[in-house]
Amino acid sequence: MNETLMLTVLTIITAATPLVYAAIGELVVERSGVLNLGVEGMMLAGAVCSFAVAHHTGSATLAILAGLLAGMLLASIFAFLTLSLQSSQVATGLALTIFGIGLSALLGQSLVGIAFAGLPSLHIPWLSDLPVVGRLLFSHDVLVYGSFAIVLLVSWFLNRSRAGLVLRAVGDSHDAAHALGIKVIRVRYMATLFGGACAGLGGAYLSLVYTPMWAENMSAGRGWIALALVVFAVWQPGRLLLGAYLFGGISILQLHGQALGINVPSQLMSMLPYLTTILVLVLISRDRGRIRRNAPASIGQSFYPTS
Amino acid sequence: MPEPISPKAETGNGVPLVEMRGISKAYPGCLANDSIDLKLHSGGVHALLGENGAGKSTLVKILYGLLASDSGEIHWQGEPVHISSPAVARELGIAMVFQHFSLFDSLNVLENIALGMDVDADDALEQRISDVSTRYGLPLDPRRSVYSLSVGERQRIEIVRCLLQDPRLLIMDEPTSVLTPAEVSELFATLKRLAEEGMAILYISHKLEEIRQLCDEATILRLGRKVAEADPRAESARSLASLMMGSEVPLMQAKRQADVGEVLLALDELSLPAVDNHDIALKNLHLQVRAGQIVGIAGVAGNGQDELLQALSGERRLAQAEALTLCGEAVGRQGAALRRQKGLCCVPEERLGHAAVPSLSLSENAFLTAHHRKSLGFSWFTSASRSRRFAREIIERFNVQCHGPQSLASSLSGGNLQKFIVGREILQAPRVLVVSQPTWGVDAGAALAIHEALRELADQGAAVLMISQDLDELMQNCEYIGALCAGRLSDFHRVQDITVQQVGLLMGGEQLSGVEA
Repeated sequence: MNETLMLTVLTIITAATPLVYAAIGELVVERSGVLNLGVEGMMLAGAVCSFAVAHHTGSATLAILAGLLAGMLLASIFAFLTLSLQSSQVATGLALTIFGIGLSALLGQSLVGIAFAGLPSLHIPWLSDLPVVGRLLFSHDVLVYGSFAIVLLVSWFLNRSRAGLVLRAVGDSHDAAHALGIKVIRVRYMATLFGGACAGLGGAYLSLVYTPMWAENMSAGRGWIALALVVFAVWQPGRLLLGAYLFGGISILQLHGQALGINVPSQLMSMLPYLTTILVLVLISRDRGRIRRNAPASIGQSFYPTS
Repeated sequence: MPEPISPKAETGNGVPLVEMRGISKAYPGCLANDSIDLKLHSGGVHALLGENGAGKSTLVKILYGLLASDSGEIHWQGEPVHISSPAVARELGIAMVFQHFSLFDSLNVLENIALGMDVDADDALEQRISDVSTRYGLPLDPRRSVYSLSVGERQRIEIVRCLLQDPRLLIMDEPTSVLTPAEVSELFATLKRLAEEGMAILYISHKLEEIRQLCDEATILRLGRKVAEADPRAESARSLASLMMGSEVPLMQAKRQADVGEVLLALDELSLPAVDNHDIALKNLHLQVRAGQIVGIAGVAGNGQDELLQALSGERRLAQAEALTLCGEAVGRQGAALRRQKGLCCVPEERLGHAAVPSLSLSENAFLTAHHRKSLGFSWFTSASRSRRFAREIIERFNVQCHGPQSLASSLSGGNLQKFIVGREILQAPRVLVVSQPTWGVDAGAALAIHEALRELADQGAAVLMISQDLDELMQNCEYIGALCAGRLSDFHRVQDITVQQVGLLMGGEQLSGVEA
């Protein structure tokens, strides 16, 4: 197999993975009826914390854990403000993003310009040694495998488990759920924290693998892409994975295209990933019934428990 | 008081399944239930009959454990029980189908039922749902999403959910208010089948024909008191209506001779399709209101009143411009603002959120509907001082109790806000005023003031259309009265020529014979 092609595929995977993490977390959050616009901020917090821990301890495990916890911590602030104090989810989410950008820049001041070896690839005996397939599928780091596992897990959880049914019910109508005796606030807290943890992992992947270093505002809008992916994927995990890889794939391919000197203005090329992803996801999600079945009807609304 | 005439009561072992004795419940300012007795027997369909506000809902909520009674006791199969919560009621074997369902639109039938029953949405439950639905003729596809179902099908979900719990007593709160006639007859077949199998059914309604078809006992409530027990099959709809409404003749006003004015508002074949499952379609409405007239439309809520108001106000435009004529001009395709400019003002039923913005002040709310007719602004600008002056004028003329024009609409009591809203429209000197439930939830003093203001407006030459559920209000204030039932208007009759009981029949969709229209 052509070496360039192989490298391209591998970079596509690294480009898509942080999106998968951030978006699948937000998908669960939104399915519970909460709109957290702070994904970008949580990603950055995850990125800077995991890089700092990696730099100081050298342990990849601790670094990943730090990213996860940092995302969760920011999400818990959001959850407390919006769920317990019923502040506006939109305004609080935007504030969380701004807060995350500022906080990560402050924490990361001394880390700028330091390099990190990156996460080790897992070596699976025999499988990783297969020609082509071994390198393509079985020589990634633990976070790439984790991203696929988490999409499968979320998909199973939402569609097959009772807890997932309860979560969807809360997202559809919190009043009806409350009337049935479901603890709406508790379900939403857990979903929001899960979303924060996932965004933190996405950030960790950025600073540990994608570009193993810390730079201010290094997520460069990926949190917003993740938010858009959730909507355009009609809140379905499978489509979300497709969308993330489509976006990652085209953003890498257009870079190669620019490098090859294709005679198209670079601005147009840079637009391509956004345009294609939106177009493809909109086209495959035109079915109104699918939207009605999957869109959380009470998204963004504050829940005021009565009695 | 007549004895209950029920063959089933005598064939059973004599002990009623449920007996409620001397149930009383008071709310601040009103006695909702005044020492009511009720006996239900297994295998019987018992009707609880009464007008809106007669205390039916309060009584069944006490039986289902949603409300606590102030006094009285409940016996279950002869044993005294204390039903403190719906869980206790379900434990005993009481199930209730509510008028407003709490279902999750995006989930499917199976998932909705599983959530309500604390069981898993698995194949076993799907099998049980199919079994129950085929056995009782309640066709239901467990895998369909709820959003795609009709109201009747949604109700079936609730009924199946109740039946899966094997209840001994099934309470149905106005189950047919949202159903089509075909769905009603299906429901009745199911209920009769359930009663034959020994279930007790308590059926709450004010539709007389239905009760005569379905029920074998009836308890009739009026103003919180039990006024009679009757065998509905032995009574006529007319005699039931007179029991339900009482036989007092409402206070008659000296009626104005008001057939001479020009026609200001005319509906000609006005139709409005239903937008979704919850809507009532309006079908071929004909109506004329002349200057100086007050015309009343009676009817039970949910028969198209909201839709009619939207069609008249211009919130929903009509397909045919000629379907609605205002002072001789076809305005069916015009929007609300334009109709208002031309003299058609409306007072919708819902005060907060529809007639007024809760978070805005009274003067801002005054501006919202009156800015054109009272010139409260110049082109793109608003005039705060003129709005304030107009709001103050409303407050003084209609004696609205509040701190002043700067008070928030949400801070006013219901009656005061209603006076303000009605006053805001009346002081714009409309040619035609449409008011929906003008005194709903309003205390007697405010209601009197509102009625006087409306009559005064008509005396000044405006046409007033009053949509109300309160028959006394309509009989006292209107010259002509008709009823809206399932999106259709009945014939209109002079108030002098019609009795309250006859209006009750019109509300149930019946036509009067022998009365001049």
